[in-house]
Amino acid sequence: MTLQEYTASAHNFEECMKCTICTAYCPVVPVNPRYPGPKQAGPDGERLRLKDPYFFNKALKYCLNCKRCEVVCPSGVKVADIIQAARIKYDRSKPKIRDRMLAGTDFMGTLARPFAPIVNGMTGLGATKAVLDATLAIDRHRTFPKYSAHGFEGWLKRHAREQAKFERQVAYFHGCYVNYNFPQLGKDLVKVLNALGVGVQLLEGEKCCGVAMISNGMTREATRHAQHNVSVLQKAVDKGLTVVTTSSTCTFTIRDEYPELLKVDNAGVRDALVLATRYIYQALESGAATLRFREDYHARIAYHTPCHLEKLGWGLFSQELLKMIPGVEFILLDSNCCGIAGTYGFKKENYEASQAIGKPLFDQVEAVNPDFIACDCETCKWQLEMSTGYTVKHPISILAEALA
Amino acid sequence: MRFDTVIIGGGLAGLTAGITLQEAGRKTVIVSAGQNALHFFSGTFESTEAERERITEFFVRAGIPVHFQDGQRLMPAGTFRPAALSLEDVTLFPQTPVSSKALIVNFSGFHDFFTAFLAEGLEKNGTTCRICTLDLPEMEHLRLSPSEMRSVNIARVMDSCWEKAVADIRVMHKDEDLILLPQVFGLKDASIPGKILAALPARAAFIGTMPPSVPGIRTQMQLKRRYEILGGTFLMGDEVTSAAIHDGVVSSITTRNLDTSRIFGEYFILASGGYFSKGLAATPVQVVEPLFRLDVAFEEDRNGWYRQDFFADQPYMDFGVKTDADLHAVKDGQPLKNLFAVGSILGGTRPDFGSAAGLALRTAFAAADAITTSKPQE
Ligand SMILES: Cc1cc2nc3c(=O)[nH]c(=O)nc-3n(C[C@H](O)[C@H](O)[C@H](O)COP(=O)(O)OP(=O)(O)OC[C@H]3O[C@@H](n4cnc5c(N)ncnc54)[C@H](O)[C@@H]3O)c2cc1C
Ligand code: SF4
Ligand code: SF4
Repeated sequence: MTLQEYTASAHNFEECMKCTICTAYCPVVPVNPRYPGPKQAGPDGERLRLKDPYFFNKALKYCLNCKRCEVVCPSGVKVADIIQAARIKYDRSKPKIRDRMLAGTDFMGTLARPFAPIVNGMTGLGATKAVLDATLAIDRHRTFPKYSAHGFEGWLKRHAREQAKFERQVAYFHGCYVNYNFPQLGKDLVKVLNALGVGVQLLEGEKCCGVAMISNGMTREATRHAQHNVSVLQKAVDKGLTVVTTSSTCTFTIRDEYPELLKVDNAGVRDALVLATRYIYQALESGAATLRFREDYHARIAYHTPCHLEKLGWGLFSQELLKMIPGVEFILLDSNCCGIAGTYGFKKENYEASQAIGKPLFDQVEAVNPDFIACDCETCKWQLEMSTGYTVKHPISILAEALA
Repeated sequence: MRFDTVIIGGGLAGLTAGITLQEAGRKTVIVSAGQNALHFFSGTFESTEAERERITEFFVRAGIPVHFQDGQRLMPAGTFRPAALSLEDVTLFPQTPVSSKALIVNFSGFHDFFTAFLAEGLEKNGTTCRICTLDLPEMEHLRLSPSEMRSVNIARVMDSCWEKAVADIRVMHKDEDLILLPQVFGLKDASIPGKILAALPARAAFIGTMPPSVPGIRTQMQLKRRYEILGGTFLMGDEVTSAAIHDGVVSSITTRNLDTSRIFGEYFILASGGYFSKGLAATPVQVVEPLFRLDVAFEEDRNGWYRQDFFADQPYMDFGVKTDADLHAVKDGQPLKNLFAVGSILGGTRPDFGSAAGLALRTAFAAADAITTSKPQE
């Protein structure tokens, strides 16, 4: 063992050379001066916290965990991991009821779905929103994602027999959003994969990936979900299945946040979990399959890369697939956080910052004036649709509608 | 994934090569492990005149006005350095001393601009200096986090209220024939510095601050945008981890994020920078290029790496990857047929292309030209 191995810290804060590049690109710094910025909150603060936990600063909660600081750091410092790990280790405050509610996407979904029409009506009403705003500090400007009365899991179970007929098979980690809010995306994925000659099956009981629990201080619950999901994924891997996903944030959380923040070992399943866009791109590239597109498809599409997809480094698969569709005019939007960051933007105290962060992106969308926006993230979709008025479609759904 | 040319490193050299190739209709990708030395770039390229027209036009197409003009650049410590090619908002002085009286303006609480140093240096050259501080209500909220009262944060505020700063300076100004300001203007809008120079009551200049550099970040953002508008694929925050070489030809690379999905290319350009960017790495006994293990020109005797005088030119800065006449990188004594090395990874090995940022530009042009003019390979 070398000296370096003895002295290395968990998230390599000592590699920081104090260049402040991370702070220059952090989306929160310009809009919230109370936030100390990634360099100070991350590697600099870590030095102090290791001496005395007294130096833990509550303002670390303003971090979006967007990972942009890590993407730009020339020294490979895991800046955001340092910050999130510090929150987990030192923050002793209990999450508020509101935060628990927002974080429990699984729980809320299970509860709300049978009553979807009622819940949708209620959370949409001005009066209900004002009550949520006043009692729970959920900002009244926010539109709640609609709950779908028929979950995706039920739908796929009903179609299990025909899916099993395909020789090649993948498992699908659909996530809460597809199951409770937007089953159509799951159906679109099945359509595209079937066109490639691939059948889709469910995992044996996936749970919410836990991203919102991590960001709302519910570490114990998040760890339980992580352990559960890793064991479920392992079963699929043991059967030789690749597991595809449609949410860039779920994918990122399971691949990287489980081991880095929750210390849940995912080594056996990490490489088997891929975004569907990557899976499809590779299938087409290898020549194993082809897709036929409509000849009359025309769309001017502005593509927004979600922060976690940028961190994963897989945005190019979605981009290349969209460019492949004849009749698509593709415009890449500048790299800019939309500001929602999962549940962050739903909180009343963050609403203004959230909108200010996204403003350059909203302005660019308006200037480009596309037919619609393409994006792989469900919370970016809510934010962009609310803030720009343009429809946001998932690249998989665009592929599905362009298929011949 | 397959590209005509795969570029490793997204600093000035990598972006220049990428833009030039995209302009020639080639399909390229840039993989870059984080940001680069442009964030420390003060706005002046080195001082040679070579390829004046090509460089000027290249920047103008990217929306970055530059000028060539023989003169002296005023440095943060009040000394002068010769310069020729600079961003347009860099003032070059024909001779020293530059003025009889100078007004140095700083923002109150901004510690990355050393007004006392600047004044001391200038007074040695016969300029009388007066230092004033600006207090704008718009800056108040920045002070909530004094540790981050940095150039970029001030520049963001100034992008929207530079006119107020100008108005205050006009009030402060007496009879000085020179006004000096920190380089914290025009982060997103390159036209602001020029407007400020025109609106001030005397000749003015922006002086470099501690990093990160505002004009450097602006230049980086504009070049990256230009590259993407031209259809280039920029993979920010990813790192090339290995390369496959057969018979002196590079066939593909792997990256940390794309793991099993290899990136194939007909040509490869290594623009991974110097020690700062880890394009070169020093071990106790040698200087190595970590990715391809290319041949590196360096002094065998370690005692010859440094000079005791901190401010002297340091020999280790001249070490760099070996190349043939056409910038093909050399490995085990043989040039690799489709790998070019450009930018600061060359250190001082290619003085024929200039130094510093000028070297990055000219070697990037040369590699891109070699690629666009050569016949497709088998
Ligand atoms: C602190 C500092 C200040 C400077 N100031 C000036 C100045 O004011 N004027 C001037 O003319 N010159 C200046 N220079 C000189 C500078 O080196 C050049 O101007 C020029 O910016 C170098 O560009 P480059 O593209 O060769 O390298 P860099 O800008 O260093 O870019 C290299 C890039 O490659 C990436 N990289 C490295 N390894 C890998 C890998 N394995 N996979 C993927 N990516 C990788 C790095 O992350 C980095 O982004 C300065 C240099 C430094 C270090
Ligand atoms: S970008 Fe990286 S090296 Fe620079 S200050 Fe931030 S953490 Fe440190
Ligand atoms: S993760 Fe995002 S919000 Fe948090 S410090 Fe890094 S850049 Fe800033």
